[in-house]
Amino acid sequence: MKIAIASGKGGTGKTTIATNLALSRAEAGERITLADCDVEEPNCHIFLKPHIVSSEPVTVQKPEVIEDRCTGCGICGDVCEYNAIAVIKKKVLIFPELCHSCGACSLLCPENAIIETPRNVGIIEKGSTAKLSFVQGLLNIGELMSPTVIHTVRKAAGNNGHVIVDAPPGTSCPVIEAVKESDFVVLVTEPTPFGLYDLTLAVGMVRELGLPFAVAINRSDLGMSELTRYCDSEGIDIILEIPDDRRIAEAYSRGEMIIHALPEYRPLFDSCWTEVMRRHRLPLSKQKEEVL
Amino acid sequence: MKEIVIISGKGGTGKTSIVASFAALAGEKALADCDVDAADLHLVLNPVITYREDFSGGKKARILKDACVACDSCIETCRFDAISYKNGGKITAESVPSVNPIYCEGCGLCVRICPAEAIAFEPRVNGEYYVSTTKYGPMVHARLGIAEGNSGKLVSLVRQKAREIAEKEGLDYVLVDGSPGIGCPVIASITGADVIVAVTEPTLSGKHDLLRVSDLAGHFRIPLLVCVNKWDLNPSIAEEIENEARERGAAVAGRVRYDKAITRAQIEKTTVIEYTNQGASRDIRALWDMVRAAL
Repeated sequence: MKIAIASGKGGTGKTTIATNLALSRAEAGERITLADCDVEEPNCHIFLKPHIVSSEPVTVQKPEVIEDRCTGCGICGDVCEYNAIAVIKKKVLIFPELCHSCGACSLLCPENAIIETPRNVGIIEKGSTAKLSFVQGLLNIGELMSPTVIHTVRKAAGNNGHVIVDAPPGTSCPVIEAVKESDFVVLVTEPTPFGLYDLTLAVGMVRELGLPFAVAINRSDLGMSELTRYCDSEGIDIILEIPDDRRIAEAYSRGEMIIHALPEYRPLFDSCWTEVMRRHRLPLSKQKEEVL
Repeated sequence: MKEIVIISGKGGTGKTSIVASFAALAGEKALADCDVDAADLHLVLNPVITYREDFSGGKKARILKDACVACDSCIETCRFDAISYKNGGKITAESVPSVNPIYCEGCGLCVRICPAEAIAFEPRVNGEYYVSTTKYGPMVHARLGIAEGNSGKLVSLVRQKAREIAEKEGLDYVLVDGSPGIGCPVIASITGADVIVAVTEPTLSGKHDLLRVSDLAGHFRIPLLVCVNKWDLNPSIAEEIENEARERGAAVAGRVRYDKAITRAQIEKTTVIEYTNQGASRDIRALWDMVRAAL
């Protein structure tokens, strides 16, 4: 089973929940893989301190012109929807950062003058801790195409045991790439106006994708009641509430796991897992009735 | 006119609260909320929308059922796995493939190779952008549609509109609220800016992410100012961050203390500058003075 931890707003506690949920289940004897899909700013390794055993480049296909064959007809520039190719005075200029690797230019070139060669956009690292398997991606500095790296991480995580995905913040392409094909999504938020507003966007996204989900509230006792009212009115279940405890923030700042630094919080993650499992076993249409 | 972009690498470090405070402190300025897939600045600046326009970042393919001959060449050619048979993959007389608009990246290859000319290629509305007035000046912001891509193009549009307003009205600054991360929307929000202010927090994650932001700023050769927010949560990591930032050529513009007034101001839908003149409010004033002096 694949569980994605996501949020509209950044810094609400995705990584905290992903790592503590993963490690607590692994320590309970389950087979767990943690997949860090926040490839722009991956942080799970700071907390889990995995031993990395392999590191491989993530590549995309980029066009390359075989000058001898090129007649400068300009078709490649015309068919590129991303403005990654310009043909000026019969000379082809390629802007690799803008390329989406769709293959249109090479397939449609009448002279077969465009070949595709791999270009590195990031790396993928695999490893493990004593208890769990670990995989993360890192987007190279200055690259735009994080979804490609995320896709590679998701595929590398495989489907042995349970996979817990730490998604990037937001609601657009990188997040969709991270959460798609998940069996369940946990949306993390906090009871602030920013947290609530961004949750409504994230809920829109997971509903559009048709994925079953529930909400986790971090710093739950900040005292803004609109968040729980919103969840109630939308029929959204809250399956985890972590209180606003300065000791949690301090342990986090040092890269420590909550379940180890503050073991009194471990049962929160155990019951969150139970709630995820209970919902996942129900067909989507039955979820709401059953919970009620 | 100077363009100041506030980013953070790591999310939730207080970017938007600091941009809102700068809005209250800076003189003549235009505001741009470039965190288009989770825009929050409007929640504290209470803008009144005076203009709105649809944003289309590209086209999407759509298979015309009646013309499709189910040859499957589009499925084989699409690199984004965006075309499939919805119902189990069995080809029947009625069954033709369809395009999943969420996965379609609008490359148009299927449209061009379809032997039956059975694929339409139409501009898709990905969101909308707004020009608003606020008590601090004009603001350009946007909303990306649900599960839409193209956030980079929308970011560029929002910035461009804010710059146009600032130039037309002879304003001194454009303040840009960026998004977390270092990818497409962040790059779209920083290229060509005068200075980046990176807001981070004194945690190992904040440090790790800030170092990637400083590499990004270096890659595009944009001056970088660093601010550690909530610095007193872990003073020794705050200091490590500042030292490493300096080693990478960034300047340290200030520190903001941990202060619940920042969250309370947000709940009151105001800036911390107007909420109080103590604590973090004072730190942010000092930070703004340093940012202004650095320009």
